[in-house]
Amino acid sequence: MTFELPLLVLLVMTAAGAILVKDLISAVFILGSYSFALALVWALLGAVDVAFVEAVVGAGLATVFFLLTLFRTEEKDTQIRRPPMPWAAFVGLPLLALLLLYGAGDLPAFGDPTSPASVHISPTYLENSVAQTRTPNVVTAVLMDYRSFDTFIETIVIFTGGIACALILRRGRS
Amino acid sequence: MSAFFTFLLTTLALLMLVNLYRVVRGPTAFDRMLGLNGISTKAIILLVVIGSGLGQVDMFVDISTGYALLNLVGALAIAKFLEERGATR
Repeated sequence: MTFELPLLVLLVMTAAGAILVKDLISAVFILGSYSFALALVWALLGAVDVAFVEAVVGAGLATVFFLLTLFRTEEKDTQIRRPPMPWAAFVGLPLLALLLLYGAGDLPAFGDPTSPASVHISPTYLENSVAQTRTPNVVTAVLMDYRSFDTFIETIVIFTGGIACALILRRGRS
Repeated sequence: MSAFFTFLLTTLALLMLVNLYRVVRGPTAFDRMLGLNGISTKAIILLVVIGSGLGQVDMFVDISTGYALLNLVGALAIAKFLEERGATR
């Protein structure tokens, strides 16, 4: 489809721009637009929940958090002095890209109904989730019901991280 | 998706590329901020268009609303930052 091409160009350009730009504030801005392009890719693939998280957390919250961190820095710290790229990177990274492309050739096609991911347990969820969990959204049913302990412990991890950050920042203030 | 939607999506993505040029090249931080705001306004519309093309507008309207709200917070943070630091770069 022709629409995917400018979107991929957008994605690659923003990713490269965020790496190559000279100061951190511009890198934060460009990273915001990068994660927005990524959210559009998820939305186009039909992964609406992932797109939602990417748009809200990646493009919205992460930008604010990066800027809050930059508030605490000096003017000279936000300039990036980059050493020149070593020649090993010029040789090694294209080889790594070739290896990844070679590996990607083995993946099943997008939306292939006979791929292992589609035949293993997804049909069970799709057929039974409404009857078993009374939730119209399958993704929510999997996250909150079938894998509820997983989600619960993830929440504990993030909550602990939040408390630790709050304690560290609080100690710095007093 | 019909040809009309494809045309609409392609046009909007190309417009985002124009804004992206200003974000990447822009000499001052103000240029980058304005370019980012232009990208996000187009992206909100783009999300709704994708949703109506896929036939599930309700979820995509939720996404675009959430993004628009957080984009406002982000723009405020950027503006506050530029107010303290100045936009000389």
